[in-house]
Amino acid sequence: MKSAGRAEWTKLRTDAGNSWLTLGVVVLTLAAGAAVAMTSRCDATGCGGDPTRLSLTGVLAGQVVVAIVAVLMVGNEYGTGMMHTTLIAVPRRLTVLLSKSAVLTAVTLVTGTVSVLGSLLIGGLVRPGRGFTEEHGFPPLSLTDGATLRAAVGSVLYLVLIGLLSLGTTLVVRNAATAIGIVLALLFVFPILTQVVADPDWQRHLQQIAPMTAGLAVQTTVHTADLPIGPWQGLGVLALWTLGAMTAGGWLLRARDA
Amino acid sequence: MTSTLTPPRTTARPARGGFGRLLHAEWTKFRTVRGWVWSAVGAVLIICLVGLLATAAGNESDPDGGSALPVGPGGEAVNDSFYFVHQKLRGDGSITVSVSSLAGAVTTDPDDSGSGLAPWAKAGVIVKDGLDQGSSYAAMMVTGSHGVRMQYDYTHDRAGMTGAASREAPRWLRLQRTGDTLTGYQSADGAKWTEVGHADLSGLSATPEVGLFVTSPSVEEETGTGTGFAPAVATGTFDRVTLGGRWTGGSWRNDQVGRDAGTSASYSQDAKGGATPSGDGFAVTGAGDIAPVVGGPATSGVRTIENFLVGTFAGLIIMVVVGAGCVTVEYRRGMIGLTLAASPRRGRVLVAKGLVVGSVALAVGVVSAAVMVPFGGRRSEANGFPVLTVPTATELRVIVGTGLLLAAASVFALAVGALLRRSAVAVTMVVVGMVLPYLLATASVLPDGASQWLLRVTPAAGFAIQQSIERYDQVVTVYAPSSGYFPLAPWAGLAVLGAYAAVSFAAAVVLLRRRDA
Repeated sequence: MKSAGRAEWTKLRTDAGNSWLTLGVVVLTLAAGAAVAMTSRCDATGCGGDPTRLSLTGVLAGQVVVAIVAVLMVGNEYGTGMMHTTLIAVPRRLTVLLSKSAVLTAVTLVTGTVSVLGSLLIGGLVRPGRGFTEEHGFPPLSLTDGATLRAAVGSVLYLVLIGLLSLGTTLVVRNAATAIGIVLALLFVFPILTQVVADPDWQRHLQQIAPMTAGLAVQTTVHTADLPIGPWQGLGVLALWTLGAMTAGGWLLRARDA
Repeated sequence: MTSTLTPPRTTARPARGGFGRLLHAEWTKFRTVRGWVWSAVGAVLIICLVGLLATAAGNESDPDGGSALPVGPGGEAVNDSFYFVHQKLRGDGSITVSVSSLAGAVTTDPDDSGSGLAPWAKAGVIVKDGLDQGSSYAAMMVTGSHGVRMQYDYTHDRAGMTGAASREAPRWLRLQRTGDTLTGYQSADGAKWTEVGHADLSGLSATPEVGLFVTSPSVEEETGTGTGFAPAVATGTFDRVTLGGRWTGGSWRNDQVGRDAGTSASYSQDAKGGATPSGDGFAVTGAGDIAPVVGGPATSGVRTIENFLVGTFAGLIIMVVVGAGCVTVEYRRGMIGLTLAASPRRGRVLVAKGLVVGSVALAVGVVSAAVMVPFGGRRSEANGFPVLTVPTATELRVIVGTGLLLAAASVFALAVGALLRRSAVAVTMVVVGMVLPYLLATASVLPDGASQWLLRVTPAAGFAIQQSIERYDQVVTVYAPSSGYFPLAPWAGLAVLGAYAAVSFAAAVVLLRRRDA
């Protein structure tokens, strides 16, 4: 298991594209978060803004790069036939799955933490100038605040889960382009559909099952009672999607010929 | 990769009919990959399925609120409700009136109303084909804060004098019928008249309803959380009502046109529609609007045809995967060496691929939109949501535009795929470039200014082609991405996406010719 993990790490590390992609996660998350933090404003008490969540908007952009890294980890191996070599070297297929997941999780944890802390730092610097001040009812941003800490930790976990969801999906379809298409559809089509469905009950149910909408509920720090789903429960919904994809991927990896 | 298969550069021209054959070859490649054919079929199914899901919910808050909106002479959905003091008058003639005041009341909360006048509250004279909602008309009016206006057939609006009407400075209005032409005049003193405009209402009844009207749309209210609309009524005071030409006075009748439809025809306890004679005129109170229906909070509970096409996003992702895949797979399998050996003019290879993928995507979009637009509309109305009718030309533009949108997106993906030779990255770049800006702009995450810029400069601008609702200066609503209004005109928006596709396609052609396969 240990050597399998090291092998996966070597494969990931030595593909030049991956270091760019990992850097992309951080840069995109920070840039998008900063752009949103710098354009939104709050002019009066009760403006309804959630500055922590706004600062973390960059996760929306960062998650797709995490998905690419995860998809390529498996998709490239199927594309080039490397998968045969991998499975010959490590015949226990679940070990392959676990070592890939472990390496991906570790990488995402690190890049996710850097991105999320960076976003919060930028948000903390920018937001007093945009009207999110104490007079308007927003205390200064601090990780000791329970809700903010939950948003930060949750966002990192969210990125990890998105990575694993993409990994599992790719194991099922064994093609990078198709896998990324499915993952992006899962993430983005639900929220767009939610905007159109006029019935409030349907809307709420869609928000409860959508991996992205439910998962990102964990970022909310104000009016959490109005959310269609609780912050941790929402992340739990995403975890279920991930579990489903990983189970299907793992099972097919065992059952199928490579 | 497979450098042995890379053809030597040759200056020899391919055989006659080269491009036709190339196209046929590319079509054969596409047709024989089962996954792609199924993807195209699947895209049509998914677009329809997601569209059905979007229209599945019934209107529970207002189960019988499904009365269809009236349709104006131009084929667009209209609001047509107002208080009308009228009589039928035959032949040519004119009606003249002086408006000495226009005041209003706004219902701020259920039990309370304060004074306030909608900027587009209207009081004036009107010649209308009949009492049916949506029938042709021409009107001269005083408005809340946009001066004197001549409006006809719902969408047309011409400005006259500015300033409000008052007892000291009344506004004189006149409508004159000559055949099918209605001419509107204004005057500050009842002696010196100037023409504001004229309307050709072909097919106007020989005995139209002629008279005085007052109406008032709801009033925009800024609250801490967003923009709301409060019901409002208006009262206009008319003096010296005179008929001229062959029109001779009978008795005036009072009616509310359009009792339940409209954006704001909600009278409160102490403000009901009505008319009371005063001197040689009337004081008329009314609410509603005579104007085209627009999207946004001013018209909640109304579906637009682009609502039924929400599945386009899912179809788009599939066609992007196919577009990127059909070039990157050749690199992966080394097939590209063979393809380029068979057709050494590399630019043409890419053009042929683009044509095949683009045509398939066009067909997917057109077919699914042609199914969903009429079908979604019928389903929606059956479920109690009125659908905003649009002219047939707009419907066709949305259907063809959906096809063009998918075609442009898939060619864009093909070009990015050829540039990067990595399908997953290409797919992500195109999908995220198109869908994420749209999502950020419409989900009210960003402020309006930022949303509008996102939908101008990113490939997401292309979705403007699906916008069926129009923007009218004479109707107040929230014209923002969050209420379905794109900052660019439909074809301009599609052109932005087209430009992205064209530039990356050109870059791909250049690189394919320069690079080793």
